[in-house]
Amino acid sequence: MGEIIQEEKQKGGKRKAKHHSTHIDMTPMVDLMCLLITFFMLTTAFSKSKVMEIALPEKKPVANPPQVPKARIVNIILGPENKVYWYPGMVENPKSPPPLQETNFSDQGIRKLLLDRNKFLFKKVAAFREKTIKENPTMSRDSLLANIKRFNKLDDSGPIVLIKAYKEARYANIVDIIDEMAICNIIRYAIVDINYVEDGMVKTALAGSTPSANPQK
Amino acid sequence: MPKIKLPSKSPHIDMTPMVDLFSVVLTFLMLTTTMRQPEPAPIDTPFSISDKTAPDANIMTVLLSKDSRVFFNIDNGSDTSFHFKGKILKEMGTRYNITFTPEEVKQFEAYPSSFGMPIQNMKSFLNTKDAKERATLQIKGVPIDSTDNQLAMWILSTRQINDRVQTCIKGDNDAPYPIVKKVLDILQDKNVNRFNLITNLEVTKVTQSEE
Repeated sequence: MGEIIQEEKQKGGKRKAKHHSTHIDMTPMVDLMCLLITFFMLTTAFSKSKVMEIALPEKKPVANPPQVPKARIVNIILGPENKVYWYPGMVENPKSPPPLQETNFSDQGIRKLLLDRNKFLFKKVAAFREKTIKENPTMSRDSLLANIKRFNKLDDSGPIVLIKAYKEARYANIVDIIDEMAICNIIRYAIVDINYVEDGMVKTALAGSTPSANPQK
Repeated sequence: MPKIKLPSKSPHIDMTPMVDLFSVVLTFLMLTTTMRQPEPAPIDTPFSISDKTAPDANIMTVLLSKDSRVFFNIDNGSDTSFHFKGKILKEMGTRYNITFTPEEVKQFEAYPSSFGMPIQNMKSFLNTKDAKERATLQIKGVPIDSTDNQLAMWILSTRQINDRVQTCIKGDNDAPYPIVKKVLDILQDKNVNRFNLITNLEVTKVTQSEE
């Protein structure tokens, strides 16, 4: 009997000792997790980088270069300090080259010009896109693009853009102008070396623009 | 006046839901993360409307920095079970009469980022762990002069070892055009005519031109 009472007493004693709150202080754990989350957020590269595809023509000399109508040619010359110059057609007489017209990379600049020249095709493609969205929304992206490609192939009115970069142009300018080609849906464009006549044209244009630009400032 | 006895509440807040939430976020981040590798030179890529994502593997990247240095990278620095990187390094070694030890090849396979140094410096680059020393070895970038065109050799070796390789160009906004032109010429000399230019996505709305 005595033993049992003693056991009971011991049990009671244990219970008293256990009378702690069951809550654990989570604050250090939260601190740690905050640190880890911040670390991962900063080191993680969430969005994968995007790429823009371009294909350049092969460097072999072509026996019969295709004849292109002069009226469709637009020459775009990328100048220093994000300047863009353009002139239509070709240089007929190297001694008196056509004047360069200055424009810029804004909506109202080069894009307006290119869209104006590419109006017919751009509208056709835009209309086709809208029609597909309305009437056949299940069409896959690939077949839509294939259809648009067919339009592009048949096109014979859009401009042929020759992109030339002056030696002081930046890499971003080239990407921008190729981007404009994609935006304006221009299919026929090429990156060409600048020739010495055009080099001289840019120099005169730069010389002409600096004195007039300085007094304004 | 009888005093109103406010029940004395303990100031402790129950952190358990917060911990739960954090655990979920942490797990998510840990599983989805791909570590951003430090590049030897900072490169700000230009914006474009292209929404095509860059390929993961089978790529070689030519990096053009603001100060006209050229760097080279294979498969974003990661190496597959094919051990392309090691093979490419060995191939480069035979071209330039440098023998790389297995340890050096291993180092190269594990190196996670782009590199830019003459191949003659590759050995000391692989044998050092010091970040500063590695940086000084990369001051020049990969040589692209016509007398010592090592970039062309890297491209050639990469294409020999891995024939499915695609070419990416990652240029800085301010990379001058002559260096871009030169790299494009080198690539075209080696019969690479399709490139992927790495850009950031920018959304532009095209307005229909007026009548």
